[in-house]
Amino acid sequence: MTADVILAVIQVLVVTAGAPLLVGALRTLKARLVGRRGPRVLQPYANLAKLLRKEAVVSTTTSWIFRVTPYVLFSTMVAAALIVPLLLARPVLDFAGLVLLMYLFVLGTFFLALAGLDAGSAFGGMGSSREVAVAALAEPTIMVAILALALRAETTNLGAIVERFARDPLLAANPGHLLAFSALFIVMLAETGRLPVDNPATHLELTMIHEAMVLEYSGHYLALVEWAAAMKLFLFMTLLANLFVPWGMPAAAAPLTILLGLLVLAAKLAVLTVGLALLETAMAKLRLFRVPELLAGSFALALLSVLSVFLLR
Amino acid sequence: MAGLLYALTAAAGVAGAGVGVAGMLGITWTVRVDGVVPLGGLELTMDPLAGFFLAVIGVCTAAASLYAVGAGGETHYDIGAYLAFVGALGVVPLAANAMTFLVAWEIMSLASWMLVLDRRDDVEVRRAAWVYAVMTHAGLACLLAGMLLLGAHTGSLRFADWSAAAPALSPGLRNAVWLLLALGFAGKAGVIPLHVWLPLAHPAAPSHVSALMSGVMIKLGVYGLVRAGFEWLGPAPPAWGVVILLAGAVSAVVGVLYALVDHDLKRLLAFCSIENVGIILIGVGGAMLFRHAGLEALALLALVAALYHTVNHAMFKALLFLGAGAVVHGTGTRNMEAMGGLIKRMPWTAGCFLLGSMAIAGLPPLNGFVSEWLTFQALLQNIRLEEPALNLVFVLAIAALALTAGLAAACFVKAFGITFLALPRGDAAARAHDATPAMRLGMLVFAAACVLLGLGPTVVVPALGRVAGPVVGATPATWGGAATLSISESFARLSTLAIAAALVVGVAVPFAALALTGVSRRRRLYETWGCGRMLQTARMEYTATAFADPFKRVFRFFYRPQAQLQLDVHPESRFFVRRMAYTNPARSLFEDWLYRPVLAALLAIVARVQRLQSGSATAYLTYIFVALLVLLVLR
Repeated sequence: MTADVILAVIQVLVVTAGAPLLVGALRTLKARLVGRRGPRVLQPYANLAKLLRKEAVVSTTTSWIFRVTPYVLFSTMVAAALIVPLLLARPVLDFAGLVLLMYLFVLGTFFLALAGLDAGSAFGGMGSSREVAVAALAEPTIMVAILALALRAETTNLGAIVERFARDPLLAANPGHLLAFSALFIVMLAETGRLPVDNPATHLELTMIHEAMVLEYSGHYLALVEWAAAMKLFLFMTLLANLFVPWGMPAAAAPLTILLGLLVLAAKLAVLTVGLALLETAMAKLRLFRVPELLAGSFALALLSVLSVFLLR
Repeated sequence: MAGLLYALTAAAGVAGAGVGVAGMLGITWTVRVDGVVPLGGLELTMDPLAGFFLAVIGVCTAAASLYAVGAGGETHYDIGAYLAFVGALGVVPLAANAMTFLVAWEIMSLASWMLVLDRRDDVEVRRAAWVYAVMTHAGLACLLAGMLLLGAHTGSLRFADWSAAAPALSPGLRNAVWLLLALGFAGKAGVIPLHVWLPLAHPAAPSHVSALMSGVMIKLGVYGLVRAGFEWLGPAPPAWGVVILLAGAVSAVVGVLYALVDHDLKRLLAFCSIENVGIILIGVGGAMLFRHAGLEALALLALVAALYHTVNHAMFKALLFLGAGAVVHGTGTRNMEAMGGLIKRMPWTAGCFLLGSMAIAGLPPLNGFVSEWLTFQALLQNIRLEEPALNLVFVLAIAALALTAGLAAACFVKAFGITFLALPRGDAAARAHDATPAMRLGMLVFAAACVLLGLGPTVVVPALGRVAGPVVGATPATWGGAATLSISESFARLSTLAIAAALVVGVAVPFAALALTGVSRRRRLYETWGCGRMLQTARMEYTATAFADPFKRVFRFFYRPQAQLQLDVHPESRFFVRRMAYTNPARSLFEDWLYRPVLAALLAIVARVQRLQSGSATAYLTYIFVALLVLLVLR
C-alpha cells in the first residue's frame, strides 16, 4: 500500500516535472531545424513560474465553470498519469485500460470547451467548437486502434498489453501493429493540437483551435492549462512509446529499477520527440476542413490493422 | 388537489420501485384475474427482467411526480391522463399474456398522446400528436399481427407457452413474427428510421411527462425487443442479432447527428434519446449474436451493458428533461439561441443540468461512462466469434459507438454551454428565475442516482447479472471484488471509485497549493478581451448554429444543409448592410427519401380507390350484389 502510494507520487511527479522539459526540447529542436537558435530547453519552466507569479484577469462574464476548469483539466492529467504505464510495466492503478484513458481525456476537453464558451467572446466559442469537432472525429480511430491492440493482446488492460508485447516480440513486429501505431500517432497530433491539425505556436484567429479556446485565461489559471496541455503530450507520447516499443521496462518496483525505467523512458521519448520535431518542421498546417480527411485516413489505418488480425488468424 | 395526486403518484412510484427491486432479487409472483381483459383475462407475472423495468419505472415516476408537484399549472384532465399513463407503464413489463400486454400498451400510448396534446391550441403540437398517433398505431398494428400470428400457431396467448412452442415453428413463420414484433417495438423505442414521431412528440409534452416518455416509455420498446429476441421466439438466428446491432449503430450515430444541429433544447434531448436507444440496442444485438454462437458469458456481459445503459439513460435523460423543463419554466422559451447566462440566474438547475450532461456524454466517473465502457468491453471481445463477416459488423458497431460518444460530448458542450454560459441572449433569459424547491428535489433525486450508479458498478453489475442471466441462459458469472469490477476474467477491470479519488486529489492538491502560497488570491475582475471594442454584448457570442457549423460541414452529405443568406444593403453602397438574415437548416433524409415517397404512393392509391366511392346508392348495392355472387360461386 505504502509502496503503491510512493510509486503513484513518483509517477505523477515524473509527468508533471517532465512535461515542460519535453515541450521545451521539442521547441528548441524545431527552432534548430529551421536554422533559428530558439529558446533554451528549460524555458517552459520559466514561463510557468512567471505565470504563477502574475495576476490572473478573470472576465466578469464568466461563471464558476471558468475558474474550476483549469483544476479539473489538471486533475484529469494527474489521473491519467496514474493509468499510463510509465516507469514500470504495470501502472499504479493496475485496473486501468485504454478506454478509460481516452474518456478521461474527453472529460478534460469537455470542461475546457465549456470554459471557452463561458467568457462570451467569439474566439472562445470558435475554439471550443473546433476542438470538440476534432476530438469527436478522432474518437472512432482511437477505439478501433484499441480493438487492434486488444485483439492481439487479448486484454484492454494497459499493463497486461505492455507485458504481453514485451514477452512476444514477434507479435509487436507485426505489420498490423505498425498500422495501429500510425493511426494512434495521427490521433495524438489531433488530440494534443500539434501540426498539421493545429499550430501550437500561433495566435492567428483563422487557424487557432486550442489557443482560441484558452485565450481568456491568464495568470495561474493559464499556468495550469498550459501545464496540463504539456502533460497530455507527455502522456500520449509515453503511451505510444510503451505500447509499441514495450521493451526495457522493469517489472518490479525498487529504487534502482525505477531509475532504470526513467532512463529507458527518457531514451524512448527522445527518439519520438526528434520524430515529432522533424514531422512538424516538414509539414504545413492543414486547413481546418481538411482535418477530417486526415482523421479518416487514420481511421482507415486502424481498420486495416484490425482486419489484418481477422484475416491472418 | 393536483399537487396531492402527484405526491401520491410519487409514493406509488417508490412502492413500485420496491416491488421491482424485490422481483430482481428473486421474489416472483403471478396474479390472474379472469374477465377483465378478453382472451385470457388479466395476467401479471413478476420475474427478474420485469422487476428491473418496474424498478426503473418506479424511480422515474417518483422523481418526475415530485417535480410535477412544484411545476404546477396542470389541468384536471391532464392529471387523469398522467395517472393512466403511469399505471399502464407499470403494467406493461408485468403482463404475462398478449391481451394484457396489448391493452396496457395501448393505454400507455393513448394516455401519452393526450399528454402530448398539452398545449393543443398550437398547430405544431397538434401536428406532433397526429404523427405520434399514426406511428404508434402502425406499431400497435404490427404487434397485434405478430402476436396473433404467434398465438394462432402455438395455440396460446400466454408468453410462457410461446417460449416452449416457438422452437418447433417453421423458420419462415418465426422470421415473419419476429419482424412484425421488432417493427412494433422498434417504433416505440424510436429506432431510425421509425423515429419521426419522437422528436415531435417528446418536446410537446410537459417536461415531467417528457422525462417519463424518454426515460422509461421508449425503454419498454427495448423491453419488448429483449423478450421477443431471447424468450418468446426461442433461440434467435444470427440475422436478427445483426439487424438489431446495425439498427442500434445507425440510430446512435444518426440520433446524435440530429441532436448536434438542433437548437430547441427539448428536441435536442429527444434526438439524444434516439442515440441512447441505439447504444442500448448495440448491447442487445451483441448479446443475441454471442448467444447464438454459444458464448453465453459474453452474451451476459453485453446484455448487462445494455440494461445498465437502460437504467442510466432513464436517470440522466429524465434529469436533463426536468432541467430543460425548469429552463422553459424560467425563461418561457425552448430556443437555445435566446438563452445564455442562465448559470447565474438558475444555479440549481445549471448544476443539475451540468451533471446530467456529463453523465450522458459518458464522462468518468459518472454512470454513462460505466455502461458505455461495459458495452465497449463486450464488443471488443468479438474475436471469439469465428466468422469474419460478423467480426466486421462488430468493428463497425465499435466505430459507430466511439463516434457517437465523441459527438455526444460535443452536443452537450453545446447544450450546456450555449444555454447556461456567457451573457443572456434575450430579455427572457436575463430575467429567468430558478426552479421551485419541489422541482429541485425531483432533479436532485436523478442527479444522486447518476452519481451512485457511476460509483457503484461493483454492486449494480452483479445485480443486473442476476436479471440478465436467465434471459441469455448463462451461468452466474463473477464480477470482481467490492472495489474493482472485473469482467471476462482478466480482459478488463474498472474501479470508478479509484478514478473519482484520483480526480478529487488531482483537484484538491493544486488548489490547496495555490491557495496556501497565495497565488490564487492574485486575481482581478475585468471584462472579456474583445480586440478593442467598446462594449461586450450578447450578439458577439458564439451561437448554437455557429457551434454546430463544423459538424454541418463535415457531415454535409448527411445533413444536406441549405444555407440562405438574405442581405438588405444600403441603396447607395452595397458595403453597408442594414440587415441580414442567415438560415442553414438541415433536411431530414428520412422524411425526404422514405416518408414522403411512401405517403405520396399511399395518397395516389387512395385517389384511385376513391373512385369506387361514388356516393350513389345503386353503385353500392351493385357492389354488395357482386360480392354476394362471388362468395356464392367460391363456395
